[in-house]
Amino acid sequence: MSFPWANEYKPGNPFTQWMDSRLPLPRLVYNAVGAGYPVPRNLSYMWNFGVLAGFFLVLQIVTGIVLAMHYAANAGVAFDSVEHIMRDVNWGWLMRYAHANGASAFFVVVYIHIFRGFFYGSYKAPREMIWLLGVVIFLLMMATAFMGYVLPWGQMSYWGAQVITGLFGAIPLVGEPLQQWLLGGFAPGNAALNRFFSLHYLLPFVIAAVVILHIWALHIPGSSNPTGVEVKSESDTVPFHPYYTAKDGFGLAVVLLIYCAVLFFAPNMLGHPDNYIPANPMQTPAHIVPEWYFWPFYAILRAFTQNFLFFPAKLLGVLAMFSAILVWFFLPWLDRSPVRSGHFRPLFRKFFWFGLIPAMAVLFYCGGAPAEEPYVMLSQIASLYYFAHFLIIIPIVSSIERPEPLPFSITEAVLGSDDNSVLAPSAVPAEKSDAMRPAH
Amino acid sequence: MIRFLSILVGLFFSVTLLWSFGNGAVTAMSEGQLRPATAETEFHKHPKHLSLASDGAFGRFDRQQLQRGFQVYQEVCAACHALKHVAFRDLEQLGYNEDEVKAIAAKAQTPVYNAATGEVATRPGLPTDRFPPVAYAGLGVPPDLSLMAKARHDGAAYTYSLLTGYQNQPAELLKQFPDAKTPEGLHYNPYFANLNLAMPAPITSEGQVTYSDGTKATVDQMSKDVSAFLVWTAEPKLDKRKQTGWPVLGFLLFASVLAYLAYRNIWAGKKH
Repeated sequence: MSFPWANEYKPGNPFTQWMDSRLPLPRLVYNAVGAGYPVPRNLSYMWNFGVLAGFFLVLQIVTGIVLAMHYAANAGVAFDSVEHIMRDVNWGWLMRYAHANGASAFFVVVYIHIFRGFFYGSYKAPREMIWLLGVVIFLLMMATAFMGYVLPWGQMSYWGAQVITGLFGAIPLVGEPLQQWLLGGFAPGNAALNRFFSLHYLLPFVIAAVVILHIWALHIPGSSNPTGVEVKSESDTVPFHPYYTAKDGFGLAVVLLIYCAVLFFAPNMLGHPDNYIPANPMQTPAHIVPEWYFWPFYAILRAFTQNFLFFPAKLLGVLAMFSAILVWFFLPWLDRSPVRSGHFRPLFRKFFWFGLIPAMAVLFYCGGAPAEEPYVMLSQIASLYYFAHFLIIIPIVSSIERPEPLPFSITEAVLGSDDNSVLAPSAVPAEKSDAMRPAH
Repeated sequence: MIRFLSILVGLFFSVTLLWSFGNGAVTAMSEGQLRPATAETEFHKHPKHLSLASDGAFGRFDRQQLQRGFQVYQEVCAACHALKHVAFRDLEQLGYNEDEVKAIAAKAQTPVYNAATGEVATRPGLPTDRFPPVAYAGLGVPPDLSLMAKARHDGAAYTYSLLTGYQNQPAELLKQFPDAKTPEGLHYNPYFANLNLAMPAPITSEGQVTYSDGTKATVDQMSKDVSAFLVWTAEPKLDKRKQTGWPVLGFLLFASVLAYLAYRNIWAGKKH
């Protein structure tokens, strides 16, 4: 783990010496996010979002625990207890808006974090495990966010629960009993609300545990970087502290500025008005839409409007929606290019900027729009591209593409030259000399 | 092998999506339009523009207007609509003093359950009570108004538009959609989602309410005032939220500058 030139932790006073020989917690922190963790010196702000995601996870847990002190998970009073928090609990409105918008902010930074990974090939060897754990975190986040949105027991809460658990009803044979088992009844009710509350409280701690594994796995090979060239020598790196604590601190301050502007001046911008109407099983809202962070996947779900062979349309939609995330698990083995960074992959880069990003934008838009034309046709085209991108284009592009020459090292990329490069066998082309274990 | 399988799965999803897309395209072409026109798609209107003192990042409630809106609520809306999330004590925020709030509360009859006799009686309200439930004998369920301003898109403008938007059904609508005639007992209003609602126009004539501050009680004014009042009932902490927001943003701006300078200082001389 880590590099031979990493700073070693030296306890400075008798207390830390005493601690270090009994429970070396300060040493752990020093090596994880302190001066003992050498990090590539060329990380851009795109590498800020992991720290930001960690910040918002903690913020969600803290605000959530406070909200749980005042919230009542009972279908009869849940909606009123949320209004009680908004009106009568001291600073309750701040806690609730911070939590609701905190979920959005968490997803914003995580989406950027994921797409950073897509572009820079962060999922490639030797970082596959970090990537896989990251996808697990994302799935857990989606489950947590969905169940959290049910808790206020408004119209969208209720009908969202109905629609999402209904997805399991599309599974052949076991679907209907499975849906009833998930809900604890024939429709969302007190049993569903209670178990969603229980799980909504549990899952963030599971996320925190997987985050620890994610960071542990990260510290084995160390952070990737915008060139995608592995760290070769000490001049390629700087200690995490103070260099990246300072840089991430600035990034955090800017993101908090944006987050607080929304929180204090447009706290309901990202929510849906219907969730201020108490849940009513007798009245279906005109348009049932989930929270914005689910929109791309909701658009994929609704893109399947026709039965195909012996597949009912609904089952296809459900399969596709789950597959849309499951394909990310296979990405390290679908993309066989030994070059990580999109900066040196001309063909991949084009498909990323002119294919994946516009397709995601269309899916985001259509997922929030009503299920009518032209949105359905648009989401069909965008979903088609989405699957083609990961399952067909990436495997083919990565085998036919000729990458551009890579710099010898991070130092060379930053300073223009690297004294170590003269010692290296210069006859080998740069991209070959950096060949990593091919992704098989 | 995995890439071969992935291409097969990719082709499967592509073909099924093309099949759905093709069917949709054929339907659209045979009908000559993307989505069928209905009375709602053609005649529903978005809310009119409404500007209130509480709008924007610097906006604050106009207490005088909120008091007028409260008066309209009490004399007009309260006949059918409850306000169950609001407590009488909250009215102090509108500028009423303690005695006035006590007097307002006392006029409301609050139900109390007598466990000894098993009967529900009423007693005069106290400032700590919330607005009592409103019994409604007619058809339909008049919604509670506490959160109405947040429960509709552009809520304040929506209530204002709805209150001032009653009209006769346009002849053009009946010509295009003869089946869409407003049913007996409903009332045509283009700002309502499906154009016909059970509530008859509640504010119909000038001077329906007599304002004590001398403001002329036009239909437009009363509709505006009650819409402003409903913004307050939906978000009584709005002023406090914005007041808190500015110092927070100021602090964060200052923190960002400090953090930037710290970053520049630490990285000075380190190319990256």
